[in-house]
Amino acid sequence: MNNRWLYSIPLAIFCVLGIYLGIGLTLDPKQLPNMLDGQPVPAFDLPPIKDRGAKGFASTDLEGDVTLVNIFGSWCVACRTEHPYLMKLKEQGAVPIHGIDWREEDPDAGPRWLKRFGDPYTLVGDDPRSKAAIAFGVTGAPETFLVDQKGVIRYKHIGPVNDEVWKEVLQPLIQQLRRNGSQTGGQKGGS
Amino acid sequence: MLKRLLLATALLFAALQPALAVDPAEVLDDPALEARARDISKGLRCVVCQNQSIDDSDATLARDLRLLVRERLTAGDSNKQVVDYVVSRYGDFVLLKPPFKFATLALWLGPLLFVALALIAAFAFFRRQRAARAETVAAPALSDEQKKRLDDLLKGDGS
Repeated sequence: MNNRWLYSIPLAIFCVLGIYLGIGLTLDPKQLPNMLDGQPVPAFDLPPIKDRGAKGFASTDLEGDVTLVNIFGSWCVACRTEHPYLMKLKEQGAVPIHGIDWREEDPDAGPRWLKRFGDPYTLVGDDPRSKAAIAFGVTGAPETFLVDQKGVIRYKHIGPVNDEVWKEVLQPLIQQLRRNGSQTGGQKGGS
Repeated sequence: MLKRLLLATALLFAALQPALAVDPAEVLDDPALEARARDISKGLRCVVCQNQSIDDSDATLARDLRLLVRERLTAGDSNKQVVDYVVSRYGDFVLLKPPFKFATLALWLGPLLFVALALIAAFAFFRRQRAARAETVAAPALSDEQKKRLDDLLKGDGS
């Protein structure tokens, strides 16, 4: 019979499906897409946490310099892992890091945590009801957003920032954003 | 003994009722608004425990999302506005019922495609079978000589 090749069609479909499903298995469903990539930071205005003066943290604070916005919480174990690295970045003066103290049930818990392990943040806002966190599309702590000079979100990292993430992703991006920013002064440059 | 058994069974089934994640303190005073809030919440995926809706989930983030839904409804948002806001933050993934659009074409039409393929295959198979049967029926007719021999064989007792 001349249409014997027809029998190979189901096999071909099966193989294609298998490949797609196989790729699907390697994806982490916890890694939601960054819906805000390339968009201005959502508007938020958070009150300060205790012992940190009267200045909280608002979206308007994010213009001017490239910054990191780090969502953390004293209850979050992975944040504890990440913390020494943020301290190191602060010591190096690498980039201003702002914090969103997320979902503290006890208003003293966040300040206590920062006192105990060190405070890497320039500004910290208190977000006990996930207002800012939801606006940022946060699903878990820690998450870190890279924000450019104009307050536009350029990158979201889910999970702790460590040496690898910093050297391979964040630092190159920051350098690039700074170069573009100083070169063009806000205009579109074609470098 | 039987009474106790019945009671135990009854208690077991009572415990099987779905636990309501919505805290009484969250419930809005306006029943119409609350009904809308519940409706929206049932369609939104909890991004922490991903196979539950925020209406079912006890996760703190789910609670905060429920509160946000209620807050926005109270502020006068339509259902669509509320859902669109959450989708703008978390993507289509938060919708427990995925929307019909280009990226989800395979998801929605895939099953139909497979059913269609199966129908086509079944149709082709049966048609071929029938054709094969027709061929056997139309086997070459016997010549007169052959017919005679056949008659002899059927009639005679092996003589």
